[in-house]
Amino acid sequence: MEIDDFIKAIEEEFDNLNPGDVTPNSVFRDMEGWSSMHALIFVALIDSKYDVLLNGDELKSCVTINDLFDITRLKLNGGGAKA
Amino acid sequence: MAELRLKHTAVKAIYSVIPKMVYKTHDYPYFSEDEAKMFANTTGIIERRVAATNVTASDMCFKAAQTLLEDMNCHHEIDLLVFVTQSPDYFLPASAAILQDKLGLPKTCMAFDVNLGCSGYVHGLLLANRYLQQGGLRKVLLLAGDKSTISTHEQDKTAFPLFGDAGSATLLEYDAKGKDWFFDAGTDGSGADAIIIEAGHSRMPYQSFDDQDIEVAPGVVRSKKHLAIDGMAVFNFALKNVPKSINNALDLAKLKTEQLDYLVLHQANQLITDSIRKKMNLPKEKCPSSIGNFGNTSSASIPLTLCSELSEALKKERLCLLLCGFGVGFSWASLLLSTHNVATKLLEYD
Repeated sequence: MEIDDFIKAIEEEFDNLNPGDVTPNSVFRDMEGWSSMHALIFVALIDSKYDVLLNGDELKSCVTINDLFDITRLKLNGGGAKA
Repeated sequence: MAELRLKHTAVKAIYSVIPKMVYKTHDYPYFSEDEAKMFANTTGIIERRVAATNVTASDMCFKAAQTLLEDMNCHHEIDLLVFVTQSPDYFLPASAAILQDKLGLPKTCMAFDVNLGCSGYVHGLLLANRYLQQGGLRKVLLLAGDKSTISTHEQDKTAFPLFGDAGSATLLEYDAKGKDWFFDAGTDGSGADAIIIEAGHSRMPYQSFDDQDIEVAPGVVRSKKHLAIDGMAVFNFALKNVPKSINNALDLAKLKTEQLDYLVLHQANQLITDSIRKKMNLPKEKCPSSIGNFGNTSSASIPLTLCSELSEALKKERLCLLLCGFGVGFSWASLLLSTHNVATKLLEYD
């Protein structure tokens, strides 16, 4: 699991994002028009790509894309409650 | 986990009723253009049907049932009427009793409501089977419908554009030669707050709560008498429990996913149904969707999808179907069943 792939998947998921728009330090809630719908899309994307299901509290604990990547990798490696 | 092998029941007809009034996602005044586009792309909801102020869930189910009973000419053979709804006409009596009289069913007919939402239709099919399989009853009329739009606040972007209204009627009968059905279900009441209308019943009677609109999040305005939904909690619940339940029903039947003709899921939203479908490794064409035209119609979404998307196949083919309802409670139920020569109709409520 590489962060470049993680970021690429996010950029491909949202119409208003172009390659290079997202970095590991990007604060995902600062995305234009951020809403609960964006949060759901992130969780569905991570579930679909990595078979890791993040819950609301886990998402709330994340600020940057790198935080999301880390928690996903942790759960993927059995470090959290696997979906 | 409730897992059951069911015998001697056949589905004879499924009729669904939708209101005429159409609400389009792009016309929702509290969405920006981008929000409307994202909502439609994510939930799949292009438009939905909304019942008029004076029309209830029981009215829509009544029309479905009346038309079905006339077509099948079997009023006198209905020994049980089950009405699955979370939007009954009154606190009491049960709407099923009122429907028994309006439909002209015999006074020997049992009638009761079942207070379940998205999982309710599948639980209703199980109830019908439980009463029929001993051979004591002739026919069961299962009604499932909701008027969810009465409960949502117009300024709640998470709920108002999601729900549509619909009613349905399903006729079941004893069938000594019918193929076995396979059922799996469960409940997780720790998720009760995820989809809830807090006020209006015994825990929070109308006379004792502050009926004030509150902006609970940006773009999410409601009071305690309105339906509140936590989309993230529902998504997590569904992805954790639904694929397991479907696999349990398949295991009971000793079938593999690819042997299903169709997996018919409760139409929660497209993001959830697509995620479940992908986990089950099924192609889109085996997982029919009606949410684009009708929104989330709660207890009616499975029969409505059967009528709108699989009408021809239900009439002409022998099908192996897996129906799965999941949601408010949390509650879920999966039923693997065989069908043949099922009459369907999709009607509009004038």
